[in-house]
Amino acid sequence: MAVVFDRTQGLAEKQFHYCPGCTHGIIHRLVGEVLEELGVLGDAIGVAPVGCSVLAYDYFNCDMHEAAHGRAPAVATGIKRVLPEGVVFTYQGDGDLASIGTAEIIHAAHRGEKITTIFVNNAIYGMTGGQMAPTTLIGQKATTAPYGRDAVDTGMPLRMSEMLATIDGAVFVERTTVHNVAGIRKTKKAIKKAFEVQLAGLGFGIVEILSTCPTNWGITPVESLKWLEENMIPYYPLGNFRTPEEGK
Amino acid sequence: MPKRKGKVIFTEDRCKGCELCTTVCPVDIVKMNKSRINVKGYHPATVDEMEKCIACGNCATICPDVVIKIETIEEEK
Repeated sequence: MAVVFDRTQGLAEKQFHYCPGCTHGIIHRLVGEVLEELGVLGDAIGVAPVGCSVLAYDYFNCDMHEAAHGRAPAVATGIKRVLPEGVVFTYQGDGDLASIGTAEIIHAAHRGEKITTIFVNNAIYGMTGGQMAPTTLIGQKATTAPYGRDAVDTGMPLRMSEMLATIDGAVFVERTTVHNVAGIRKTKKAIKKAFEVQLAGLGFGIVEILSTCPTNWGITPVESLKWLEENMIPYYPLGNFRTPEEGK
Repeated sequence: MPKRKGKVIFTEDRCKGCELCTTVCPVDIVKMNKSRINVKGYHPATVDEMEKCIACGNCATICPDVVIKIETIEEEK
């Protein structure tokens, strides 16, 4: 008898508070697995955001810090500079990273801070009740866009990965999805690569992960995976936007 | 090549009944147990025909609440 799949040491025993079918849990597990596989759980320091994943510090089995809304990259910068041996990561949603924290993420990338950012993009503000985020798709309904997002009033959805890939300090930028098993496996590889970039001291790494929000999208978890595939992936193309030269 | 057989173990009380695991099983054996309600108040996922499991790990990979553990069973010669 061999164990094929077991709970990672990278996660604490506490049960997630996320809604049924929310893919935050998958992404938490992938980060925990990667930290465990790289053998850096003892050195890892995570920075939790504000948003649905605000309680992430309860779930990871490593040191954690909480940041003000959007300021996780700034807090992580401080931690990494004081503890350069630490493996520092931020875990942020799209409201946190792409809206209120845009300045922090861009300048952390621009300075080439040796941190890793896990960016969970579910195209809506989850925790506050489904308001429109910068990443909300055109026509997508939100509580602050009851007729669907309109490009004339609110602009087009923001593509963070493409934007960050134009910054020299961001040496690893990749967008992945967790809507199917193949996507989850690729996401894990990308997260691992992003941490390896940090361990090698090459610069800033970010993995944007397309995620679901069944509760605020108003559909079932299974329908959400389909919705993500049919609507989000065409606008947010998957793939690697930036890799360090030697990694190619 | 002998067929790999697996055993799926559910930590039932962690399950939130989202049904994602039922959509990825290649042999279609993961079902929701409509006759039971777990401590959270959901119908938990379960497997009735365990002998069909091939230990692929898909259900555990997509489970957002880390409910599932998978083991392989040695084939009898």
